[in-house]
Amino acid sequence: MQCFSNSKYVKPLRRIGTALSVFWISFFVGPLIAQTTPLISGGAGFLTSTTAGATTYQPIAVPVLEAPIGQHLLIESRGNLVETVSPSGGGQGGYNHSLFLSLAYLQADYIATPHLTVVGGYFLTPFGTYNERLTPIWIGNLDAPLIFSIGTMVSGAGTGGMLRGNAFSSDKISLSYAAYFSAGSTNKEFTSTRSAGGQMYAYFPEKRLEVGASYGRLLDGKQTNSVGGHVWWEPAKVPLKVRSEYAHGAHSQGYWVETDYRLSQIHGAESFFGRLEPIFRIQQTFRESAPDRTDFLPSANTQRTDFQLAYHLPHEVRVNATYARQFSSTGNFNIWETSVVYRFLFPAWKGK
Amino acid sequence: MMKPLKIIYSALLLAAAPMLSQTATTVPTQSNSATAQVKNNIVTAHERDGQQVFDQNCSRCHNTPQGFSPRIAGTVARHMRVRANLSKEDEQAILRFLNP
Repeated sequence: MQCFSNSKYVKPLRRIGTALSVFWISFFVGPLIAQTTPLISGGAGFLTSTTAGATTYQPIAVPVLEAPIGQHLLIESRGNLVETVSPSGGGQGGYNHSLFLSLAYLQADYIATPHLTVVGGYFLTPFGTYNERLTPIWIGNLDAPLIFSIGTMVSGAGTGGMLRGNAFSSDKISLSYAAYFSAGSTNKEFTSTRSAGGQMYAYFPEKRLEVGASYGRLLDGKQTNSVGGHVWWEPAKVPLKVRSEYAHGAHSQGYWVETDYRLSQIHGAESFFGRLEPIFRIQQTFRESAPDRTDFLPSANTQRTDFQLAYHLPHEVRVNATYARQFSSTGNFNIWETSVVYRFLFPAWKGK
Repeated sequence: MMKPLKIIYSALLLAAAPMLSQTATTVPTQSNSATAQVKNNIVTAHERDGQQVFDQNCSRCHNTPQGFSPRIAGTVARHMRVRANLSKEDEQAILRFLNP
């Protein structure tokens, strides 16, 4: 102990100790202590939609909360606050307005093993790609596809449990899966249908190609099956996204194909033209049963094309202008939409 | 006097061993400039891996956020692990990319 009290050794020791600490922290411990402060994210926007001559206005806010607990647990939730202002109709002037508050999901994710995450609570139904990936307003560009309610069990959410994760991952292929069971719930905030299902998809990193299949079984009343498949492709050298999905249910079947090209090759993504993103989608549905308002599917065979110009402004603001034309034996009409969307992402509370 | 010095040297060697093992084939000397180069190479490789993982997984659905506090990088990575069914290795690569 005597030697350590000697200042001749104390100073170098302190320096070495400090250097060692910095070394360990920066190279090995650093990634492990990356901050896991809960965050608030989401989007806010203003949407207008003119369908067959009637215009509705929608201020909308979609907050997301992500709260990690310990090393394995994540609590997450997304809500929807939508005010809809629409024409009164029926020959009356003026507008009606309604406020809609809902939960998209409220779930706990427990990362049990490197290949398994156990999800419990109110979760988005894993069928196809749109429901889980493209519904947030700051992600998805276009309206929900016509076949959206096939396999997603109408409400798009389930109350129960889900197992999901990455089954296998290498430089060549990544295999992911999800399997769920949902109880029926008529609770206003947690509406769901008794059902079970899941999906599996393979992603090929070198080709940047994803191929997947989904299955869902309605367990309420008349038990029916839904099946679906999807293919996504994003070539590495071109800012192009090609997304497609097919679904078949008891009442209808259909598909959608979407192409999305960011003009970032013209002087970069931050240039005037590089901020522009044209999007085109075509979709078709084929009715296989009598019209049924409760299935939220087109009542007759329907075709629709959507064309959108999205412009990415600085500070996470995006402006969209969309024209769509829908063709059906029940009537053809135009849909014009505009929107301004702001995306936010920040820590839930102030810290160092 | 020799005992603490031995302990210090041993600690330094132990601390440097994992790094040396990763770079032994490319760095024959231990000069300061070489060590700095090694550090840069490691960081660059990690960032490249993370960028690649981010491009292949996160960017499949959404654009890259224009910036956020490093205090939430771990939360973002864990969220993406669940949402995008990432492997543990991919989550760590994204974490290194978001919070190098």
